[in-house]
Formats: sequence, structure tokens, C-alpha cells
Amino acid sequence: MKGMTLIVKTMTSLLFGCVLLFVFYVILTGHLTPGGGFSGGVICAAGMLLVILAFGADAVKERVGHRWAILWETLGAIGFLSVAVIGFIAGAFFAQFLTPSLQFKLSAAGSIPFSNLAIGLKVGAGLFGAFLMLAAFREGEKADRDSGEGDQ
Amino acid sequence: MHATLPYVLCAIMFMIGLYAIAVKKNIIKVIVGVIVIHHAINLLLVLVGYRTPLTGEPIAPIITGVTGPAGASGGVDELLSQAVDPVPQALVLTAIVIGLSVVALMVVMAVRLHEKYGTFDMTEISQLKG
Amino acid sequence: MHNVLPLLVVVPLAAAFLIPLLSLVTARRNWPSSEIVALLAVAILVVLSFLTFGGQDVMTVWIGGYRGQPELLGIRGVRATSQGADGGILIDEVIAGSRADDAGLKAGDVVLGLRRHEGDKLKRVTSINHLRRENAALPPGTRFILCVDRQGETLEKAVSGGKGVTGIAMVCDGLTRLMLVVISIVSLAAILFSLSYMRDYTKLHLYYSPIMLMIAGMIGIVVSGDLFNIYVFLEVAAVASYALVGFGVESEELEASFKYLVLSAVASAFILLGVAILYGLQGTLNLAQIADILETAGPNNAMWLGLGFFVAGFGLKAAMVPFHAWLPDAHPSAPAPISAMLSGLLIKASGVYVIARLVFNVLGGGVPVAYVMMTLGAASMLVGSLLMWGQWDIKRLLAYSSISHMGVIMLALGVGAEALARGESGSAIAGLAVFAAVFHLLNHAAFKSLLFLCSGSVVRSTGTRDIREAAGIGRVLPCTGFLTRIGALSISGVPPFNGFFSKLLVVIAIVWAGHWFLGLVMVTTSLITLLAFIKVQRYLLDTEPSESTAQREESPLPMLAAMTILAILCVGLGLFLPLYGKVLLAPAASTLTGGLTGYATSVFGG
Repeated sequence: MKGMTLIVKTMTSLLFGCVLLFVFYVILTGHLTPGGGFSGGVICAAGMLLVILAFGADAVKERVGHRWAILWETLGAIGFLSVAVIGFIAGAFFAQFLTPSLQFKLSAAGSIPFSNLAIGLKVGAGLFGAFLMLAAFREGEKADRDSGEGDQ
Repeated sequence: MHATLPYVLCAIMFMIGLYAIAVKKNIIKVIVGVIVIHHAINLLLVLVGYRTPLTGEPIAPIITGVTGPAGASGGVDELLSQAVDPVPQALVLTAIVIGLSVVALMVVMAVRLHEKYGTFDMTEISQLKG
Repeated sequence: MHNVLPLLVVVPLAAAFLIPLLSLVTARRNWPSSEIVALLAVAILVVLSFLTFGGQDVMTVWIGGYRGQPELLGIRGVRATSQGADGGILIDEVIAGSRADDAGLKAGDVVLGLRRHEGDKLKRVTSINHLRRENAALPPGTRFILCVDRQGETLEKAVSGGKGVTGIAMVCDGLTRLMLVVISIVSLAAILFSLSYMRDYTKLHLYYSPIMLMIAGMIGIVVSGDLFNIYVFLEVAAVASYALVGFGVESEELEASFKYLVLSAVASAFILLGVAILYGLQGTLNLAQIADILETAGPNNAMWLGLGFFVAGFGLKAAMVPFHAWLPDAHPSAPAPISAMLSGLLIKASGVYVIARLVFNVLGGGVPVAYVMMTLGAASMLVGSLLMWGQWDIKRLLAYSSISHMGVIMLALGVGAEALARGESGSAIAGLAVFAAVFHLLNHAAFKSLLFLCSGSVVRSTGTRDIREAAGIGRVLPCTGFLTRIGALSISGVPPFNGFFSKLLVVIAIVWAGHWFLGLVMVTTSLITLLAFIKVQRYLLDTEPSESTAQREESPLPMLAAMTILAILCVGLGLFLPLYGKVLLAPAASTLTGGLTGYATSVFGG
């Protein structure tokens, strides 16, 4: 899949940093404002879709291939599970292990920002991998044999 | 249950989705039918949590600077008893995620089927019989 | 010991995500990291499921530690079980630091009545059920004014109550333990089988990862004590199975996978609809709390609607007859170990188990629901076995047979539910019927998985699924042939294999309950199954092999080992029933016959 014109490429490379900043904001303050892990991940995947559309799927596959998507996705999932298991230290499965403090601060929700981060990572990487697979499909060419594993 | 119109809308959307799945021959239309069913059910879930306080407008379940600390005489309890129920909203978030992954899988299957059979028509994609 | 429950869900999930991670590293060097991790994870699962037998009878784990306190009308921290001296309700205990303590209630107070607001009329209450029925629809946190009598002095306390929202629970009782044992052993056999069956495929991390996700989903369903948790894990297992059914991306498999996807997505939508209706009615999603509320308040229209949607949705997952159309396409198209897991586990854990849990333990239902279950069961039994008759494709034949056996389990459960609704006179019948149902569930998992694995062995050797073309394969592959014969005899109900005993118990239970005609239908179905499997045995095992068939080789050792494990179970489960029946099956049956009260008290008391 070919990319787009030079103007689009320049604007996208300028904007992508802002999109990522917004994604971090949405993920980290998920317990204070609407948003959180899943929404942030979807915005991240949409930003990467912007890059795929602007630069072409082949160029993106060379630089940030499918392997990176799998790596970050699994790291995010394992991070989420480890947040759950570390809760055992505080007494129960999934318990908060950092004490919640005053309202409206980042530390106001104990260990929830960590799970938000992990979920954001997983969803972003997972959806990005799915978009990459779909973008690489071409008529008449055998795309990578992938059983279409969902991003659960 | 205040107005009945949103619930009727849910039912109508559900019926439309079921009709699309049952009757339409194009795979993409079947996928759209599934999406419409998911939307109808998410709408019903959000409606179930609606609650109005004794006086005034409906309150969103957000703890702002005005709400006091949790306790028996006010604050968070007061907010909980009068604001809209936040639990169905969390359920809807999860349901949206699940719906997204199912639809993504369906779209990938549709693309693969087109690759193999060359058509999106369900009546022609019927090798398995008996 | 009750910490085992979260580990049971975490271990397969962690394995599901470790497998792709490790495959990134080891793919170039061709190390079998996926298989090692999968095998390790399932072995740990088997150990953990047997460890659950060590704890209390009913173990409850509240996620995050948010344990529900005893409550009265949603005021947490109050235990009130008896009448006061002059009517009213005596408060036995007030837990220090709870909301009741903050509100100023003390032990020894007698609750006289309540008012909704200042200046409202006092509603006197005479018993706890009266109090609950008066306010059966209070949302959480509702404020009202409680009038209590403290040593002769009448005080008014403003409290916020309503139905208290408890936390999310994971519950392990007798039925859960049975399902855990079934899931772990059949998964172990399936993964052992896949070690050599999937040798020729590449990208194996895309195969083992969804298998572990499916196992995690099924374990989550049986362990969860919360209605929405069941839905989420159901979806996890279902999405993983969609990916697995279409694994070898031939055109047939994709078509089967797409059909399965659409029908199953509609079923999940129905289930979510049921959850929404039940939440709107109760205000809580915790199964034990729903049981508690419905036990005192009694059934109402919203509950019937929700139950109807649940039976439709979970009935499709369990392949009951009006909704069975996806199974004959989906199960044959999957690779053989996946077919074994789908037929042996998924339709049970996400279909029959949840219906049993909801109808017996959470929602109740009485006679109408029992008749619906019996009708569905009888129809599935008959239609499944009749459609099995003309099949020449071995895996399609086995898939129709799955429909038939799910019908048997559902019929037995329906007979049990009807007998329970009759009260004391039916309790022995109910006990036998439910025992027969769970026994047949266990047996069916064993022999159906064995048969699917054997068919996988045949398919791998000869390359065809048609029993006429693979005729005589039993002579060429002696071990596979012998194990197939054990499986075929078990499923037909020939003594001394396990199928005979469970079918016998089901027929006895049905006839004892007075349904002569249904007993006749069941015996007819058994006969038809016997005849169909005689046909299978004749073609596969007893004819002379043709020239091309005679040159095939025996299957490798891991496949044979997996099939042998299941075959030993087939023989042992029938003969050694007295030994393990009390430990494994009787608790499962008694949790189901315990009904709403049994479930609610055991979860909250534990």
C-alpha cells in the first residue's frame, strides 16, 4: 500500500507526537477523568493508523514490524496480570497495594494507574497489529497466514 | 423507568439487527447487523442505570471538589443515592471492547472468505452441507 | 488454600501471553517453546484443580478483598435474624466501623419500621421477609429513616441503605470442582495430542495461545460468582474458539468459522440482554445476592424475561436443538484436538453448566422452566441421533452425537428441576436425576474427546475424514483401532464402560419421575447411537484395508499417550464409581439440589 503526498507525510510526522502525548494523558488520568486504559489504547492505535495511511503499510512494516506489536501487546498483558498477582501482597487478589491518597491526584487510586498503563499498552499494540495485518492485505497475494486472533 | 421511548428504540434496533442477520445475503450486511445488535444492547445497559434524584436534574456520578468524604451522613453516600448508577457504565465499556474484538475477527474472516471464494454472497459460500 | 482460585485463572492467561513473547525470541532457532509452556501450564492446572479439593466445602474469594458484610436492607454491618419481644426485628450484632455503626445502631435494638422521608407514615414491619418485600427495589445508597426501639425508647436513625453492592466473588463449590477436574484433564490430553498432531504447521504460537485463552475462559466461567464475570469469560473463551476453528485457513474452515461466529455473537447478545434485565431488576450482579433476593421476594416478570433470554443464549452455546446449526459445521472443521476440546469442554462449560447454575442455584424457576429444559433436551436427543444416521464423515457424525448427548444431560437436569419443584416428595428423584446428569457430563467429556482424538489420528494417517475411504484403518494402526473401539463402545452404552452406567442412571431417573414416554425416547436414542457406532466400527475397524490404506503408519507416541489417558478414564469411571462418586459427583449434585437457599448461605457464610 503506497503512502500519500509529501504534505500529508510532513503533517503526520509533526502531529504524531502530539497524539502520543494526548494518549499518555488519557491513560494516566483514567481514574480522574473519563478515559483510562482502553480509550487511550484505541486513540494510540488510531494515531498509528494515521501513520500507516500516510506512509504506506510497507514502509511501516519495515521500521515497526509485526514483532514489535506482539512484544508490546504481550508485555502489556503480563503487566496487567502481575498487577493482579502483586495484589496478593496486600492480602487479596487484585487488592490495591499502594494506599490511595488525597483526591484528584495521580496517586488517588492506589494501583489502578498501573493497570491502566498495562491495558493501554496492550490495546494500542494489539489494535495496531490488527490494522497492520489488514493494511497489508492485497488482492491476489497471499498475506501472512494469520488466523485472525482477536485482541482480547 | 421514566420515558418508555428509549426502551422502545432499543427493541426496534435489536429487531433491525436480527432482521439483517437473518435475511440479508451479503456478508458485510450481516456484520453490520451484528454491530447494530451490540449497539442496541449497550443502549439498554446504559438506560438501566438511569436514576433521577428527588428534586432537580439528573446528577452524573462524578466525585468533584464539592463532594465531602465518605460517611454515613453525606458526601459520597449522598451522591450514590441520588446520582445515576455508574455500574452499568462500566459494564458497557467492557461490552464495547468485547464487541469490538468480535467484529474485528468477523471482518478479517470476511476478507479471507473473499480471498478464497471471490464473492461476498452467502448463498455461494456454502460448501459444507448435510 | 482459597488463593488457588485466582491462580487457576491467572496461570492459563499468563501462559497465553507468554507463548507469543517467547516465540519472538525462539522462532529463529526452532525451539519448541510454545509447546513446553503450554504443557507446563496445563500440568500446573491439573495440580491446582486437584488442590481445590483440600479447602473448605465452598470457598469464596472476593476480588480486591471487598468482602460483603452481612446486611439488613443494604445497611452494611448488621446481622439481624430473629424477632424482637413485641414484634419487630432484633439486631443481633453490629460490626464495629461499619456503616451501621456510623449510623448509630447498636446490638439489641429492635427495628420497628421505617419511613422514606421525614414526616412520612411509619411502615411497621413484622419480619425480615416483610421488610425485604416492602423495599425490594431500593437502589444502593437510598436514604431512609429507621425507627428502632432501644430499651423502651424510640429513636429515629437516618441511614443510607438500599441493596448493598457487594464485591466481585469467585466461588468454588462441588460443581465447580467437578468442572475443573474435567477441564484440566481433557485439556492435558488435547495438548499432549497436539504436540505431534500440529508438528507440520508453522506459527504454532498462534495455535497454543488461543488454546490457553480458551482454557482460561472456561475456567473463569466455572469459577466466577458474578453474572457479568461469567459473560466476560464466556466471550474470552468464545473469541479464542472462533480463531481456533478457522485455524487451517482452507475455504471450508473459514465458512464454518464465520457461521459459528455470527450465531455465537447473537447468542452472546441475548445473554448480555438477560444480564441487563436482571441488573435492572435486582441492582446487583453477584449470583449469591440475586439468589438471596429472589428467594425472599419470589419470581416476577422481569426474572422470567431474563431467564428466557438466558436459556436462548446459553442454549445456543450448548447446542440445543433449535439452535444447533453451527455445531455440525464448526466441530469437524477444526483440527482434531480443538474439536475434542470444543465438544468435550466448551459446550459444557459455557452451555450446560451455566444453565444448571442459573436455573437451580440463582434464578429458580420451578415447573415451567423444567418443562422447557426437558423439551429442549428431548428434542436435541432425538434430532441429534437421527441426523447422525446418514453421515459418512466421521467428525460430523461425532458432532451430531454431541448434540444428542447434550440433550441427554439437559433432559436429566430438567427432570431434576421438575422433581425439586414438587417439594419433599420429589427430592430423592431430583437427587438421582441431577447425579445422573453430572455423571453423564463427566463421561461424555471422556469418551467424546477420546473419539475426536482417535478420528484425528485416523485423519492424520489417511488424510481423509470419510469412513468409507479410510476403511480398515483399524487393522493397520492397531493402537488407534483398539482405542477407537473402546470409545465407540463407551458412547453406545455397552457395559462395563462408563457410558452404560450414566445412561442407565438417566433412564432410571426419568422413568421414576413418571415420564414413561421420555424414557422410551431416551432408550430409542441409545439404540440409534449404538447402531450408528456399529457402522463406524464396521467400516473403520473390521474391514480389510485397501492397498493405499495398508501402507499407513501408526501415530506417534504423544498422540497415543493422550488417547490412552482418556481411554483409561473411560474404563475406570464406570467401574470405580463407588470410589470417587462421593468425592467428585455427590457434592456437585448436592450443590445443585441445594437450590437458592443452599447457594446463598454457603457463599455468604464462607
